[in-house]
Amino acid sequence: MQRGGRKTVPCMDNIDTLTIEEFGRRLRARDLTAEQATDACLRRIEEDNPRLNAFILVMADSARQQARQADRELAAGRDRGPLHGVPISIKDLIDVAGTPTTAASRVREGHAAAHDAPVIVALRDAGAVIVGKTNLHEFAFGTTNEESAFGPARNPYDVSRSPGGSSGGSAASVAAGMALATLGTDTGGSIRIPAAACGIVGLKPRHGELSTDGIVPLSRRLDHVGPLARTVADAALVYYALRGGISNPATSGSHVVAHSWGPHVPSSWGPSSAGSKLPAPVPVSSLRLAVPRGYFCELLEDDVRARFDEAIDRLRAAGARISDVNIRHAHLIPATYLHLVLADAATYHGATLERMPERYTPAVRLRLEMGRYVLAEDFARALEGREILRREVDSALAEHAALLLPSLPIAAPLIGAASVQVGNVTEPVRNLMLRLTQLFNVTGHPAIALPAGRTRTGLPCSVQLVGGETDELLPVALACEPQITGPAPPRSGGPGGG
Amino acid sequence: MTVDSWLQAAIADAERRGLPELKPLLEALARATTLLRSADWNEDAAGRPEDRPLHG
Repeated sequence: MQRGGRKTVPCMDNIDTLTIEEFGRRLRARDLTAEQATDACLRRIEEDNPRLNAFILVMADSARQQARQADRELAAGRDRGPLHGVPISIKDLIDVAGTPTTAASRVREGHAAAHDAPVIVALRDAGAVIVGKTNLHEFAFGTTNEESAFGPARNPYDVSRSPGGSSGGSAASVAAGMALATLGTDTGGSIRIPAAACGIVGLKPRHGELSTDGIVPLSRRLDHVGPLARTVADAALVYYALRGGISNPATSGSHVVAHSWGPHVPSSWGPSSAGSKLPAPVPVSSLRLAVPRGYFCELLEDDVRARFDEAIDRLRAAGARISDVNIRHAHLIPATYLHLVLADAATYHGATLERMPERYTPAVRLRLEMGRYVLAEDFARALEGREILRREVDSALAEHAALLLPSLPIAAPLIGAASVQVGNVTEPVRNLMLRLTQLFNVTGHPAIALPAGRTRTGLPCSVQLVGGETDELLPVALACEPQITGPAPPRSGGPGGG
Repeated sequence: MTVDSWLQAAIADAERRGLPELKPLLEALARATTLLRSADWNEDAAGRPEDRPLHG
């Protein structure tokens, strides 16, 4: 069947908007198969990856085998849960056994992962289908996915623009219908930034919740792994599968209800069913949210500010109480983050910077070299600052369910842009991209980016929620999502722009 | 080591290593370091101002 010039798999003409939830319902209603969904994703990769460069490695053969296996298992009565048969892409920073983990760098030439990273083991146990490894900013040390040994990834909304980074290929793959979800990593914002730039959801869980073993580090004290997906519910389903189950509701305080998958779904998923139950969204009218003003809101593009204000208005109209809070040392966030990440990255890269500096992309090499000059006394000052900032975020959260702020102060920047003018201020792109996300890597608080409308030129805007614990944040995000996302944009304004 | 002396030494080292393009990055790092050192969470071995004797 031809549609708009694309060949489509029958019943899979909505692969770029299909959610994991809907896929699950239709799969179990025998309306589609895992193989059909995987074929649709692979077909979209074949058609669009030359334009978007989202993938470094497409694993078509193994993906089809996994999908057929998923269909056989389901037919035999073995249902692994919400991720059963779901096509997922993986940031090429994460080990998948038998494939290279390139980190988008020539430094890693010849590498082959001997084992699956624990997060991949969890995905396999959950029945997910791995369609391929996605492009990223080299060694995750950037915010635009421009500096990659495999060339820049591109934004599905406008290929002249960055998809954000460092998990840019991951975000582009989901936004463009090449996967239903993806795994990314986040050291300064590298899940939330590309999620924001590509109009999808990106979850950075609390630091330490998900194992980063088998993942190439940038800064182990700031690194997180987490999902990007089309909805909060989908991101939550992936997160819980990675966790291997939800926390005990008696201890988490969350009221857990079984998620409705439709009449064909068994009431019990079986031993691997952990994660099938989503936390119930709390009533929006019960929520007290806090907006950190000052530093977080003073440098925003006009359309970003307008969409953020509109989201606040919708939340208030739904009954949420929203007040302002102050993070006293906010102006020191970039300096604190910089000294931590540079020193940690230099530790990991010191030997290869000596042995094979020419294999790095030039800009990443220079930033890594910069880290080798950080003095120990200043690193120690940054560690102290980290504790101060953590207490300030805790304090801001004390009376509130979540903090509410934009995810990115600007829309996706043009590829090659070194700086962007915001009002009367010209700032380096990198500083702007990290500005609103890096604090929560420093402090470790869980944070999730949600789509929040578009600019007047059709580029995605995004709002971020930050909580105390991931189990507490997700019900809030589920509740706030309709108000934050707002009315659906015109179909013609979706990804697929040239 | 003051930030200024650190910066001079770092730039000299970068040039010796054939990386003059590091200079603007090191200057940016120096600005960040100056800000970090100005943070009010940094302690002073002479004690906080309110701890000093009024007649000192």
